[in-house]
Parts: sequence; structure tokens; C-alpha cells
Amino acid sequence: MESVDQILKQALVAIAACEELSALDELRVQYLGKKGQVTSLLKTLGSMEAELRKEFGQAVNRAKGELAEALSARKRELEDAVLNSRLATESIDVTLPGRGQERGGLHPVTHTSQRINDIFSRLGYDIATGPEVEDDYYNFEALNFSPDHPARAMHDTFYFGDGRLLRTHTSPVQVRVMQQQGAPVRIIAPGRVFRSDSDQTHTPMFHQVEGLLVGETVTMADLKGVLQAFVNAFFETSLAMRFRPSYFPFTEPSAEVDIAWHRGDDKESGWLEILGCGMVHPNVLKSCGIDSEKYIGYAFGMGVERLAMLRYGVADIRQFFENDVRFLRQFH
Amino acid sequence: MRFSVNWLKKWVDLELGVDELASRLTASGLEVESVHAVAAPCSAVVVAEITHCEEHPNADKLKVCLLDAGEEKPLQVVCGAPNARPGIRVPLARVGAVIGDDFKVSKAKLRGTESFGMACSERELGLSDDHSGLMELPQDAPLGTDIRDYLELDDHSIEVDLTPNRADCLSIRGLAQDVSASCNANLVVPEVQPAKTGISDTIGVTLEHPEDCPRYVGRFIRGIDPVAATPLWMVEALRRSGIRSISATVDATNYVLMELGQPMHAFDLDHLKGDICVRRGRTGESLELLDGKQLEFNEELLAICDASGPVALAGIMGGLATGVTDSTRNILLESAYFNPSTISGKARALGLQTDASHRYERGVDPQGQVRAIERITELLLEIVGGEAGPLVHAVSELHVPAQNSVNLRHARLQRVLGMEIDIEEVTRILERLRLQPDFGDGAWKVTVPSDRFDIAIEEDLIEEIARIHGYDNIPVALPKGELDPGVVPESRVPLQNIQQALCTLGYQEAINYSFTSEELLGRFSLDNHVLPLANALNTDLGVMRTSLLPGLMETLARNLRRQQDRLRFFETGTVFEQQEGLTESWHVAAVACGSPLPEQWGVDSRTLDIFDLKGDLEAMASLRGHTGEIEFRKATSPWLHPGQAAMVCINGADIGWAGSIHPAVLKQMTIKGPVLAFELDVDLLSKREISYTKNISHFPSVRRDLALRVPELVTFAEVKRNVIDLSGDLLINLVLFDLYTGQNVEKGYKSLAIGLILQNVSCTLTDEVVDSLVQKVIQGLEERLDAQLRGL
Repeated sequence: MESVDQILKQALVAIAACEELSALDELRVQYLGKKGQVTSLLKTLGSMEAELRKEFGQAVNRAKGELAEALSARKRELEDAVLNSRLATESIDVTLPGRGQERGGLHPVTHTSQRINDIFSRLGYDIATGPEVEDDYYNFEALNFSPDHPARAMHDTFYFGDGRLLRTHTSPVQVRVMQQQGAPVRIIAPGRVFRSDSDQTHTPMFHQVEGLLVGETVTMADLKGVLQAFVNAFFETSLAMRFRPSYFPFTEPSAEVDIAWHRGDDKESGWLEILGCGMVHPNVLKSCGIDSEKYIGYAFGMGVERLAMLRYGVADIRQFFENDVRFLRQFH
Repeated sequence: MRFSVNWLKKWVDLELGVDELASRLTASGLEVESVHAVAAPCSAVVVAEITHCEEHPNADKLKVCLLDAGEEKPLQVVCGAPNARPGIRVPLARVGAVIGDDFKVSKAKLRGTESFGMACSERELGLSDDHSGLMELPQDAPLGTDIRDYLELDDHSIEVDLTPNRADCLSIRGLAQDVSASCNANLVVPEVQPAKTGISDTIGVTLEHPEDCPRYVGRFIRGIDPVAATPLWMVEALRRSGIRSISATVDATNYVLMELGQPMHAFDLDHLKGDICVRRGRTGESLELLDGKQLEFNEELLAICDASGPVALAGIMGGLATGVTDSTRNILLESAYFNPSTISGKARALGLQTDASHRYERGVDPQGQVRAIERITELLLEIVGGEAGPLVHAVSELHVPAQNSVNLRHARLQRVLGMEIDIEEVTRILERLRLQPDFGDGAWKVTVPSDRFDIAIEEDLIEEIARIHGYDNIPVALPKGELDPGVVPESRVPLQNIQQALCTLGYQEAINYSFTSEELLGRFSLDNHVLPLANALNTDLGVMRTSLLPGLMETLARNLRRQQDRLRFFETGTVFEQQEGLTESWHVAAVACGSPLPEQWGVDSRTLDIFDLKGDLEAMASLRGHTGEIEFRKATSPWLHPGQAAMVCINGADIGWAGSIHPAVLKQMTIKGPVLAFELDVDLLSKREISYTKNISHFPSVRRDLALRVPELVTFAEVKRNVIDLSGDLLINLVLFDLYTGQNVEKGYKSLAIGLILQNVSCTLTDEVVDSLVQKVIQGLEERLDAQLRGL
């Protein structure tokens, strides 16, 4: 009996003092292995008297259990210590930069154009496109510009000298779509347009989005509503709007639309023109083979660069086409 | 169009303040650009006469004047103006006067002499930029009168930006008519009496082309005073309209042009030979114009001719020889109607835009000529004197535009605007607009006045009602429609996705002009099928681009010059190729230079090569799914490095090119290379088949690696194609994991290490099957490509 206690005591001291997993395993073998000290004690059981055997057996088993537990507890401790010391050596500076490719970005004009397209897509408008090299018929005549119309002069058209020209607006797409599919129509036509003009607010090429809706119950009130909805969606805020009577050969009545806008640090807002619109002129519907008694339409057109300039505070339109990466990287 | 509010008020009873008037004008479609006070604010400035003037005792350039401002005692004022002299009347700012926002006139001592006020120039009163001397007032200006009252300076100039359809508003009369409607104010049309004639001679007028000129009214005035001064009220009215005073006769023509919108011309009668004929010009005829330019006539231009030939370019400018000068005693007045389409575009094309041409090409009132000539006669007789002759009125009524008669249906009005405006209100607006409405059966029949020829159809009337009623009063609604999504095609990769993929791969989008210089295209030998512009802004923007590459290369070069060295750009856009017909196609292109990755730690930097670009291109093309793989075919293009150039194809058809830009091109553009680039046709690139799912095998896959020695000229594509061909369905993937030349590989050969990944959908592959397949592949490659298995 005494020897069991002694062995146990000895063993527990040894386990507690053990600092290495391998040494701990040696201790396990030394005490609990097949030829271990505790195991050996059990082998003596057979030669004992029955009464003594029972008591001794219990004592040995108890000691065995206690030892096993002490061993595994110590093992856990040592393992934890090993892991902790490894983790300590693996500590890194998490503020070091990440690796890999840098993302590029969309041009702000493309980004703006896509936002406009998205907003009108949600309103059920299809996206339509057309050629950039047009002729007089699609760019002017079918849009009710008579051959000598003073409004033609306002368009500063680029010509090719053979009747063809660079479209001055995306309105020719209206005509092409209406001639192709007839009424009803609900489209927007984004794209590049060209006018022979260059200064801080004009570039010889810029982008427009044109909208057209033709149906049996379309009204000017709808036009006001859809543009107000667009402006609110685009600027993510409710902006006051003003519709001013204006003139375009292809719409009647026509309007220009201003929004109340704060320039820079100005506390007071002023009116800023952002788009033109109107009810499709019956001559345009007629030239597209649409019954202007049955169908009524509205159309609107806006400059993408202008909206991008307002939204992102760009002062000079020419920056868009200089493509300086330091400018372009400011967008996403 | 700039006008004075006071002048307008002579034609319409207006109670509105100037700000309110401006906002009404804008709201009714006459957009106000600016509003300016016609003079600086000032107080205590009065009319005074210089009664005495002498040199300042202590200063060369100063004078000491005595001024009579209608008070008991004259005031002593020191003044430096060169025109200061006894007998002239001038504006005098008295002690205590405030000019402008904060300039206060006080008693002063100038070089020892006391001065009790300041005599003013036009600039000091904010009337003009003239600071050459004192402003000289008429001799009858009442002494002591406040200058603000005397010159009616409580007035504003309003500049309106008129749309081309509103030619009627290019005059005070027209503006007054519209303001009368939009502000609900009474129109006051001053009476003009036919002039009393003092002489009886006239001139013959022939209208050879009545379609160009259906009406020509003329009259002689003989014995005018050529140096008569223009009255101050007229000078001021013109100044406030942005017109400079020239001479009494010319000023009167401008005054009538402004007042009635009818351009007028005065010829020096003594320089005219014989009768007037209005006809088309003839090639060979020429005329020196008033501005000194020599004009060559042709059949497109309309000429006013006398017996000797053209004396004026109709509707645009008169000739110098027959112009009014300061010795002109006898004049012929011209008040004509020209067809807008005859005049339109001519002035612009000739660079001769005038106030007259601006009005004629938009259209003047075809019934306004007689009134205008009577009005100018009245003014001239009063100002320059002389005797008027009878009117000559040549007209071809057939060619004078007829007055329009238009119907407006109440129901249609409501249907277009989306609101109801009651019948009484519509009638009231139509009346205000002088449209003489006649209502019956739910519609108005209106008769359009001759100066509102822009109103021709029902929609024009709808706009008139809407703008006078107020666009602001139209409600805000949203269109109703069927919620039909249409078709959303999946068999095309959306352009947006291509753009986004390139962004993710590190490319920044650029947008270049669609036109570029032919010379730049030439550097890339991309100038074969260019479409040149006839009226380009400059040669740098002279032709339509045939490729996106040159623009992107310029963008690259520009940014490199700005100290950016690692650059990746892409662009999508149209390119134009003019052959038999024009092909306008949508392309996507990219350029890259600098290291493959941004500078970073833990990654070895190396030079960018074509396989980096190819990897990007393939990653982008993977948007197409796995239908029709992108392949590269070795090829050459003039702008590409001859050994590093490829055509990009799908199913054997070319969709574009990729490669390293030719070092010679880079050198020309002073770009340090290499620069890698590709350009593809978006249409061909974005076609894809819709995926159809295959079953995934549940059985294990097996990988076998082979090292093959192949002749150097054998491409990887050939090896791959043959491996696929030889191994059949079991091959699910093939990877190239090494390419080696050098030691242990004979000269003229290279070693390719490829991994074959094999799998069967219905059973586990056995070693026998795999071994025999690999054997078959090796044997096949040996026979077809002279490949040899090497030990790995």
C-alpha cells in the first residue's frame, strides 16, 4: 500500500516538474507503460490474498487514474505553451500593405451615363443606340428643322462634305426607333454627340442621354413628373425644379429645365439649366409614320458631362477628355 | 436682345418692379440673361452750366470753373477735364452727393483752391466707359434739375436670350405685346400719322424676284441737315439697348429697328443712279460694303440694285458708296420685307451678321413696313429736317405670307397638358395674345396676327396657353404604362460587364475624342480608310478614328510626361472605317506599361510582357463562359513588334489583335517601352452561348504529368490541340506548368511540362486505362509533332 502512495507521490512530483512533451511521454511509459511501475504493481495482484488483493487493486487503479489525469493535464499545459510560443514568433505587422493588382476605374462620364441609364431602366425605358455619323435627314429634317432653320446654325455641325455629318444630338435615335417599331415607344438613347465648339464649358464631343415616350395617354404633366423623379433619384435629394418655356424644332410645347443649385460655398441657390424637353412635335411623329392624333409623346435630352460636373464638382469640362489618371482616379 | 424697361413702359402699362418683370419674362419663355441698372446710383447730381473757366494758378492741367446750378450764387469747382469751357451744361455732383456705392463728394482744397463739388464724366455716372471729358448735356437742360430725373436714370437694361422662333420679340413693340399677355397689362400702341409730303418726286421700284422680296417701301427725304445732333433721349434709348450713337440719320434707323423690329436702310440719294431693282446677284458683280469689305455676288445672294448694279446686299448690309455720310443732304429710305429663307445662313456664311440680318433671317412682320417708314419719317423730319416725298410701295401680295388661321380644341389642350384650363381663361389668354379667338363647338378658331407667324398649328397654340397660364401651374404626374419587361438577352455580354472586368484587372477607363489627327493615325499605319471632316476645328481633330489605339497611346504618353510611370488604360467606343461604305463599329482596347503589379513588398518586380496582357484579356473574355475559347494566332501588324504580335480569334475568326507596340512607334512618341496593347471588336467578343449544365463526375480524377521535348517551332496551341484530340472525353483539363530550354534540351527543341487531368463520369479510372491513354497521347504527339517524352 505504501509503495502505491509513494509511487504516486513521486510520479506526481515528476509530472509537475516535467517541461517537455517528450519527457512527459517518458514518464507515462515509466509509470503506466506495459512495464511501468504502476502496471507492474498490478502484476503482483495475482500473488496476493483475496482480501488484500481487492483493496490493493482498488488503490492501484485509483493511482493509475490519478496519474493518467495528471499526465493529460500536464500534456495540455505543455502543448498550450508550445503553441503559444509558436504563435508569439508568428506575430506580424497587420498594417503592412496588401498585395496584388490595383483596381482601375470607370470614367466619370461612363459612370454617370450608367447611373442615368439605371434610373430610367427602373422606369421601364429600353436603351436604344444609333450611328454617330448621320445624315441631314435624321439629324435635322425628320426632326422638323426646315432647311434654312436658324436653329441649325445653333448646332455648330461638323460635316463630311457629302451630305453626311456628325450627329449634333442623340435625337436621330428617336426617329430611327419610331420608324422601326412605331408607337408606343419608351426609350432612352445615350451616346456621343458633336458640336464645333470648344471652351471651358464646351468640348467638340460630349455625351447626351435622350428620352422618348410615346403613348396614347402621355401628358406634359407626366413629363414634369418623370423629370422631377429623375432629378431626385440622380442627386439623391429632392431639388426644386423650374420649367421654362423654350424652343426646339422637334418639340411643341418645349421647355428648359432648371434646378435650384448651390454653387460652391454660396448660401443662396440659383437656377441652373440641366436639360431640355417638350412634347414631341406632330411633324416628327408624322415623319415616323405615327398618327399624331392618336399618339402623344414627350422627349427630353440632357448632357451627361453637365450632370457629372454638378455631381462631382468638376469646373472645366475639358478635364474629362484629358484623361489625366490623377483626375480619373478620383472617381470609382 | 437688350432693351430699356422705361422704353418698354411707353408701350405697356406696367406696375411691376424690375425683378418681378424679369421673372415673368423668363417664366413666359423670354429668358432673362441679365438685368443692369442704366446708371450708377447717385444723389445730389444736378444740371449746371459752366459760366466761367480759368487756368488753375498752381496746376497746369486743372481749371477753376464757376458753375450755375440754378441757384443764387455760382459754385466754384476745380476740374481737370479737357472739354471744360464756358457755356456747356454738365452734370454737377454737389457737396454731399453720393455716387456709386460709397463715393462721397465733399468740399476740398485742390492745390490751394477750394472746390465745392465735382463735374462728372459719363463713366463717373456709370453711364458708359467714356472718361475723355465731362458729359455735355443739351443747352435746354433745365439748370438745377436732378440728373436722375432729367435723364430718366431710374431705369434698367434687360437682356433676354430669345429662342429663334420668337422673332416677334426682337423689338420693343413685340416685347410689349408679349408682356401685355404674360403680365396681364394693357398695351399702348402709339399712333403714327402718315407724313405730310413736301416734295413729289419718287423712285421706280421693280421686284424681279417677288418670292425673295414681296414688299419694298421707299421714300425720299430731301434737304436734311447732315450734321444735326441726335437728341439725348434717342442716344440714351439706344445706349440702353446696346447700340452706339453714330449720326442722327443712322440712329433713327436703329431706333425704329429697335422700336418696331423693322430693319431700315437709308441711301444717299445723290449717289444712286436711276431706279431700284431687287434681284438676285450675278456672278462677276461686286460691291464694297459699309464695313469696307469687298463682296462678290452670286445667284444665291439678293441684291438691291440701281441702274449701275448692286448698291446693297439685301437684308444684310448696304454699300459704302451709297451710304449716308456727314455731307448727305438727300436720302432714300428703304423699308422692305425679305423672305427669311432667302436671307437665312447668308450673313453667317459671309461673316456679316448684323442687327438687320438677325431679324430678317428669323422673319419680320410682313405687314410692318409702311408703319415703320412713316415712323422714321416722323422722327427724321423732327431731327434732321427736310421734306418728305410720297411713299413708293412695291408689293406682290401673292408672295406676302398669308395670316394663319388655326383651331384649338379644348379637349386636345387638356389631353396634351394633363390639366384642365377653363374655357374663359383660355379665351382670355388668346385675346391677350391678339389672336382674335372665336369659340364654338368645343374649339377656338383663331386668327394669328402677321407678326406671330411662328403660330401655325394647334400645338403652337397649346404652348401659348401653357406658357401664359404658366408652366409652373401644370401638375406633376407620373406616366402610366404596362409593366412589360421585354426581353433581357443573355447571349451577349453586357458592355458594362466588360468595362467592370477591365477595371478589376487594373485598367482605368479613358474617353478620347472620336476624331483625331490623320498624322497620328499614320504613325500606326492606321490611316488607310479614314473619313475626313470637311470643317474640322483643327487638323489635330481632322479625321474620324479608325482605331482606339492611337488615342490611348496619346493618353499614355501624356500621363507619362506627367510623371506617372505605371499606367493601364482601356477605352470602349466607336471607330470608323470608310471604304465602299462606312463601317461604324464598337471596339474595346487597352494599353499597359510599367510593372505588371503596382510596386509592393514581397513580390519581385519584373518587366511586363505579352502574357500579362494575355492573362488580362483571357480573364475579361471569360465573361463569355466556356463557349468558343479565345485563341491567339501569330501574325504581324505594322504597329506591333514583329515577334510579339497576334491576332485574337474565336472559332477561327479574327476578333482583334494583341501584342507589344513596335519600338519604332514608341520612339516616335518618346515612350519608353514596352507597351502592351489589344483591341477587339465588342460585337464579336460579346457573343456567347447560354450555359447548359453538365453532370459533375463523382469518381476520382487522376493526374499524369508529362515532360515533352518538342521542336522549337511547334506552338503550345498545336500541342494542346493534339492532346485534346488524342485523349478524347476523359481529359477534363490540361495545364502547362513549365517551359524550358537550355541544358539537357537539344538546340532547336524546347521542353514543355504538361499535366493531364483525367476523369470518367461513370466509373473510377483504372491504371490500365490511364496508362494506355497516356501512351496513346505520347505516341500520337511523337508521330504528329516530333515530340519525345523526357524524364520529369
